[in-house]
Amino acid sequence: MRSSYRFAVAGVAAAALFTAAGCSSSSSSSASGSSSVNWANETSASAGGGMSALVTAAKAEGTLNVIALPPTWANYGTIISTFEKDYGIKVNSALPDGTSQQEVDAVKTENGTAKAPDVLDIGMSVALANTSLFAPYQVSTWSSIPAAQKAPNGLWVQDYGGYMAVGYSSKFGTITSLSQLLSSKFKNSVALNGNPTSANAALNGVMMANLAEGGTASNIADGVSFFQKLKAAGNFSPVSATGATIKAGSTPVVFNWDYLNLSSYVGVSNWKVFIPSNAVLGGYYAQAINKNAPHPAAARLWEEFLYSQSATGGQNLWLQGGARPVEQPTMTSNGSIDTSAASKLPAVAGTPVFLSPTQATDAANYLAANWAKAVG
Amino acid sequence: MAAVTALNESPAAASAGQPRGMQLRRRRRLNVFRYVVFTVFGLFFALPLLAMLRFSLEGAKLGTWSLTAWRQIASYQNTGIPPLISSIEITLELAVITCVVMLVLLVPTMIWIRLRVQWLARTMEVLCLLPLTIPAIVLVVGLGPIYNRIQHYELSALMLFWVYVILALPYAYRALAAGLSAIDVTTLSEAARSLGASWFTVIVRVIAPNMRQAILNALLLTAALVLGEFTIAYLLLYNNLQEELYSISRNTPNAGVVYSTSFAALLFAFVLLLILSYAGRRRRGRG
Amino acid sequence: MAAAATSETGARPSRAGRRLAAPAWVGTVPFLAYVAVFLLLPTGIVVVDSLKNPNGAWAFSNVTELGNPLVRGYFIGSFKLCVLSSVSGAVLGAILAYAIASGNPDGTVRRLYIAVSGVLAQFGGVTLAFAFLVLIGPIGLLIHASWYFDFPWGIGLIYTYFQVPLMVLVFLPAIDGVKVQWREASENLGASAWQYWRYVGGPLLMPAFLGGLLLLFANALSAFATIQAWENQIAYIVPQQISTALSSEVGLSNVNVADLLALGMVIMVAIVMTGYALLQRRAARWLR
Repeated sequence: MRSSYRFAVAGVAAAALFTAAGCSSSSSSSASGSSSVNWANETSASAGGGMSALVTAAKAEGTLNVIALPPTWANYGTIISTFEKDYGIKVNSALPDGTSQQEVDAVKTENGTAKAPDVLDIGMSVALANTSLFAPYQVSTWSSIPAAQKAPNGLWVQDYGGYMAVGYSSKFGTITSLSQLLSSKFKNSVALNGNPTSANAALNGVMMANLAEGGTASNIADGVSFFQKLKAAGNFSPVSATGATIKAGSTPVVFNWDYLNLSSYVGVSNWKVFIPSNAVLGGYYAQAINKNAPHPAAARLWEEFLYSQSATGGQNLWLQGGARPVEQPTMTSNGSIDTSAASKLPAVAGTPVFLSPTQATDAANYLAANWAKAVG
Repeated sequence: MAAVTALNESPAAASAGQPRGMQLRRRRRLNVFRYVVFTVFGLFFALPLLAMLRFSLEGAKLGTWSLTAWRQIASYQNTGIPPLISSIEITLELAVITCVVMLVLLVPTMIWIRLRVQWLARTMEVLCLLPLTIPAIVLVVGLGPIYNRIQHYELSALMLFWVYVILALPYAYRALAAGLSAIDVTTLSEAARSLGASWFTVIVRVIAPNMRQAILNALLLTAALVLGEFTIAYLLLYNNLQEELYSISRNTPNAGVVYSTSFAALLFAFVLLLILSYAGRRRRGRG
Repeated sequence: MAAAATSETGARPSRAGRRLAAPAWVGTVPFLAYVAVFLLLPTGIVVVDSLKNPNGAWAFSNVTELGNPLVRGYFIGSFKLCVLSSVSGAVLGAILAYAIASGNPDGTVRRLYIAVSGVLAQFGGVTLAFAFLVLIGPIGLLIHASWYFDFPWGIGLIYTYFQVPLMVLVFLPAIDGVKVQWREASENLGASAWQYWRYVGGPLLMPAFLGGLLLLFANALSAFATIQAWENQIAYIVPQQISTALSSEVGLSNVNVADLLALGMVIMVAIVMTGYALLQRRAARWLR
């Protein structure tokens, strides 16, 4: 009996230790170094004492936590390594395939620990729903960003975007319109990038089909019926399209953002891309800084780097990744744009459409009720 | 603990003197059965693995061969992720810690309940099945606040062991229960107690050794779970082996490296478990 | 083989005087405390959250969501897939376990199969689904199985791949415990092989078999990564819907709904466990 009593005491002690630990409060672990500036409260580089002060503070912090940045997504691999090299700051890249919602969840779950994400790159609907988690910040190139693409106080700022496109194996020749996808040579071939009720890229894929079929941005029914037709013809492939399935030939046609339909991203050389001329659907992502970032100076330096117009700055690096950076119009006129990369972007004919938050929500709700029925 | 070994234990066990012909016939039928079963299942398990292996050796174009995917395991790109070696170390340490905690926590408790606290047996069974009914993605939601608390004190990925023991509970419990049901716990413990043994001795030196295979299986299952666990480590932003393999595969546009790394991890775990199985060498004559 | 509760007064050894009179259940406290903190507490958080709405206010009406036909469809889908893969896994696994157990206990075949089972029991996800896709998918190297994309057949086959090794690992110790003397004795009494299994071996192994079946059911229930890699554009089962509810980027994320669905899964397993308990009681009757 003594041995079990010993066990019991140990167990109760362990439980007590845990509850006691639970009662102690946590303090934010931001490092403000030796300067008196708390970068967590600064809303611009100049307010905190200028770029060099920011760089010094960031280097003192030494680390940056980023999240959900796959290295082959819009050239993020190069962006991260360039930042590391330029400033000597170690970047911890977590959850590479996370969704925007998961980024926000990580901010909440890791709040107060040294692992919390410092900066976020998220879809617009998630950004708009979570502004209470962000810190306002205006980068030095603030004026180069169109007013419609940023929050007035800088809680979120759009960073890069693209158009929804169809990527396909060159064995099919050249595709110029979506209706060609209904022919029998595309048996088991056409895939989206995920479940439209969950993944932003998939929802926009259906919406793009919707616009091509003559529908409007406020009603996605035509898009769903297009995929229903695809399924009836036996051409719809419900397989999760990855580099491996494309290479194996199981998913030779994929609806995805144009910067994710690059040959280099997809991993096969015989890959072509087209954007339907009557259905140019665009989407931008947004940057945000965690209000309780463990490394506030590094976070703000990262933003400055991403929006910098230099030849090796974030904007041009994104462009080289096939995405359209938000400052592209300004940079084209002031000549800082990488013209050869810009010329490689897929041709776009027609007026781009961007979904408003209401349109996106309506589309999501319609899909939640009707998608599984249509293609299941 | 005797096994059904019509092949090997016949001279000693067949003291009842069965007709030789019947024994031979049974043995032959049993052998045919075993060979058929092993071949069919062997094929079933091997084919997908071979497909993976073939794909991991794919060159740039379909149909060609290349070792690139395997070489890439070593030449990971370290943009933002730690070296592969450190994640292997951490995962191995995690496996050991989880197995030890499972051994110390579950085995004595199960034996104790079986011996002295019967009315808790059903509760135990339910508790040990609960982790499986809650998907990892939801468990993380509930674990968030707890791990947030832990991370204020210790950031190391080794802290994953707290939840890994819980995750392994259903498998370990089932393996141990099967082993417990196969031995006469009551008689053994009564005999040992009447000879003056303490409860500690009964559990550790009398009953547990009779459950060697079951304990070993439970530890194997636990170790395999830790080596293969991905979701919780991923969502809690820790770097373990599976998460690292996943990151590496996302680092390279060539699809093959996903398969070479998975296959390598499987091979590694297989060799490890094979070595471990030699630790559980059965003592003949204990039955 | 049901163990009767040994009372303390039965076999009191010579250390009687030094023993502290704590009740027997105290010995289970370390385990219970551990489980309370790392399992019951998170589960409790999930259950409580399932009855709230995103603002944090109580919303007991959430439970009616479980009656929603769309949601019911997911639960039915989960149930179908779990039953299919657990029954096939349990039966095939039991056969394989018997084949392993009836061999040389120290032999290589046994060690190999146990190590293989240990590794494959936790194998799954993207790589497994991809392997099956290239083997029997539309461009299958082996054959083109037209039912590969049908739910639950294609994914059921993939699930069986890791269910069988799991069953082998949990069922093997039970088969090992079936003494060869019982077989010899029954044959001495003139029983055929069928009669042996029907009246002796079967009932003895039934509890362990049912336990394995239950484990396989629960194992299939919350599996997620594999089916996501098999087909990720349509949701068939509850975990896929939970993932949408947790991480949807298009505004359909709702942690409370996710928690509610998880609660539904726990309830489903509770129901299955009740059925299991009833079956166990019947099986135990054969033993005494």
